[in-house]
Amino acid sequence: MKVRFQHVSMHFGTTEVLDDINLEVAEGEFVCILGPSGCGKSTLLNITGGFLEPSAGQVTIDGERVVGPDRRRIFVFQERGVFPWLTVEGNIGFGLFDLSDAERRGRIAHYVALVGLKGFERSYPRELSGGMKQRVEVARALAVNPDVLYLDEPFGALDSITRLQMRSELLRIWQAEKKTILFVTHDIEESVQLADRVVVLSARPGRVRRIVEIDIAHPRDLSSPRYLALRDEIFGEIGLAHKI
Amino acid sequence: MRFEVRGSSEEVRGGGRAGRAGRLLHSSFAPRTSNLILPLLTAAVLLFLWSAAVKITATKIFPSPVAVARGIVQLAEKKLLWAYIGDSLVRVGTGYAAAIAVGIPLGFLLGWYAPLARAVNPLIQMLRPISPLAWMPLAVIWFGIGNAAPIFLIFIASLFTIVIAAANGVRNIPPMYLQAGRNFGLSTPQLMLRVAAPAALARIAVGLRIAFGVAWLVLVAAEMIAVDSGLGYLIIDARNAGKRYDLVIGGMLLIGVIGLILDSLMRRAETWAAERR
Amino acid sequence: MSKLLPFTGIAAALAAWQIAAAAHPASLIPGPLMVARAIGELAVRGLLLKYVVASLFRVTWGYLGALLFAIPAGMALGLSRRGELALNPLLQLLRPISPLAWIPIAILWFGVGDLSAVFLIFIASFLPLTLATMKAVHDIDPVHLSAARNFDLPPYRLLREVLMPAILPQLLVGMRITVGIAWLVVVAAEMIAVNSGLGFLIIDARNAGNRYDLVVAGMALIGIIGVALDLLVRRAEQRITT
Repeated sequence: MKVRFQHVSMHFGTTEVLDDINLEVAEGEFVCILGPSGCGKSTLLNITGGFLEPSAGQVTIDGERVVGPDRRRIFVFQERGVFPWLTVEGNIGFGLFDLSDAERRGRIAHYVALVGLKGFERSYPRELSGGMKQRVEVARALAVNPDVLYLDEPFGALDSITRLQMRSELLRIWQAEKKTILFVTHDIEESVQLADRVVVLSARPGRVRRIVEIDIAHPRDLSSPRYLALRDEIFGEIGLAHKI
Repeated sequence: MRFEVRGSSEEVRGGGRAGRAGRLLHSSFAPRTSNLILPLLTAAVLLFLWSAAVKITATKIFPSPVAVARGIVQLAEKKLLWAYIGDSLVRVGTGYAAAIAVGIPLGFLLGWYAPLARAVNPLIQMLRPISPLAWMPLAVIWFGIGNAAPIFLIFIASLFTIVIAAANGVRNIPPMYLQAGRNFGLSTPQLMLRVAAPAALARIAVGLRIAFGVAWLVLVAAEMIAVDSGLGYLIIDARNAGKRYDLVIGGMLLIGVIGLILDSLMRRAETWAAERR
Repeated sequence: MSKLLPFTGIAAALAAWQIAAAAHPASLIPGPLMVARAIGELAVRGLLLKYVVASLFRVTWGYLGALLFAIPAGMALGLSRRGELALNPLLQLLRPISPLAWIPIAILWFGVGDLSAVFLIFIASFLPLTLATMKAVHDIDPVHLSAARNFDLPPYRLLREVLMPAILPQLLVGMRITVGIAWLVVVAAEMIAVNSGLGFLIIDARNAGNRYDLVVAGMALIGIIGVALDLLVRRAEQRITT
């Protein structure tokens, strides 16, 4: 098991945010953590990333307990996380300070190509669109070759068309690099499109309501009956009718 | 955690670019050419009114614009003009540079370590309202007569602005950047250098420009005592030594013009720093 | 523990100061204890209150006078694009000129005395207040103005019900900062042109007998009152904007 959550609970003051989360994520798996705003999913991710200490329980990665931020597990925020004072190259190469110059350049070139930003190496983030900035951030995360990637609603600030494109991109990259991914979202469709398994959290305090396995092979047909059935299952789980 | 190291006169010193709000309030849109014509026209009108006032009141002391111009030319002929300007610039430059050298690291630390800021803040707040001129007697004791005392005053005056700007700049770095830095395994010194410094740069640049404005304003106060050259000295001495009000006003105008030029230069630098956002 | 933290800075500075003063008994500069005694002396001689009131008096009049003219001027300039274009260069030219540079003119027009000092404070406060008002007007959210025009508001109501409330928060900040400026200038102004007040105290104490304990006492009082003024205005600011 790559990532293991054991009885993770969290409270801020008297407010209980997470309650007894237990979860196991296999290596190379794409897991979505799904829930409404305020259900603690970002908190959970922060705990996994080592930015917060849980009030109870622990997270282990490869058997090792998570006690702080670590290069082996990189967080991808929304595109605002890109450093505005560095070029695309500069950002992607940010974590590569212990490589030789030649290795660095090679690594950067590989990931620039992987995320489809060839030709923009010298551009600054302010010259890029939201989707492009997001790709820079993903490339920056991948460049240090982490074991796990955490993505916290990374496509939230993008328009819905770009979001669809970015999801394809992410899946393509995931299949190429075979990383373990934990992806937090509040978008039901997004979770069913991307994940191998969807962990549905309840509203505060966040508890694991249900884990839904998405057994559709990629590329997923968004009109297929199986897709719609799984999607509706989650709709129902959250308690939403799907007629407006 | 409430941490009050309040900013300086940033909002107050703001110049004017007519915003959309202004445009919304009247339907006519002033054409481009009046951008230059209008201020020139206004300047001409004011100069005319000034001359007229001098003539009408038949004052013996208050100079006309022409008299002021003549006074400045006279100063240039006596080779004093450039010497005075140079001396003032050197004093301001030295005091200001020293304030940067001390103020930025200090402000950085205050912005980074909140408990340190809470401890030091009251001290800063207490020292800040003390006019630089009030420091003069102490400055003269410590540094005697000569350039060092005015430079010290300029240093003190700029220091507070710079420290506060640097502290605020660091304090307001989006936490995401620091988190990302730590995520990639940066140690604290590395984090300060590679993430905090560039991230805070734009905000600190504004503070540096404002601090320079403060330094320039304090120049006059600083040159009132203990030196015998410079634009501030010129203003005070011209009156004391012979009621040369043409030189007084000439000095004021020189201070205004040079201060404006320097401020524009700093704004350019500031825009350059902000470009990299 | 954390409640005490803000005082450690001042406490440490005072301690260091006292140690330095004790180590150099021949130095003219007094330690904190001497300064405290000097403040007591002033109180006993009845000068403490007199000087503080004198300084505050000058600040108040100069500042209020400036406020009276600056707010309408600033609003007019903020609203009139032409007016701003015409006068802005002049304002920018005047901005770098230290208020103290006006001292000779102040003395020429008003002689030596209170009026001169008040004039200097007026000059020092007028420009920052005008610029602050101007900027506050510029920063009004255009959406609010559009809404007001949508309802066809007459100018007087526009002024009272939209403009003034809209600029108030930012204006208050500018006013608070200008109070600080006025306080700085009053001390400087008093060094030149009058014979009472905290600025006068500093210069006179030194000239009349090298009483550096009074000099530093003056500085300390200036600092304390400056902080007090700032806090007062902040309190008013909070009260008004809620």
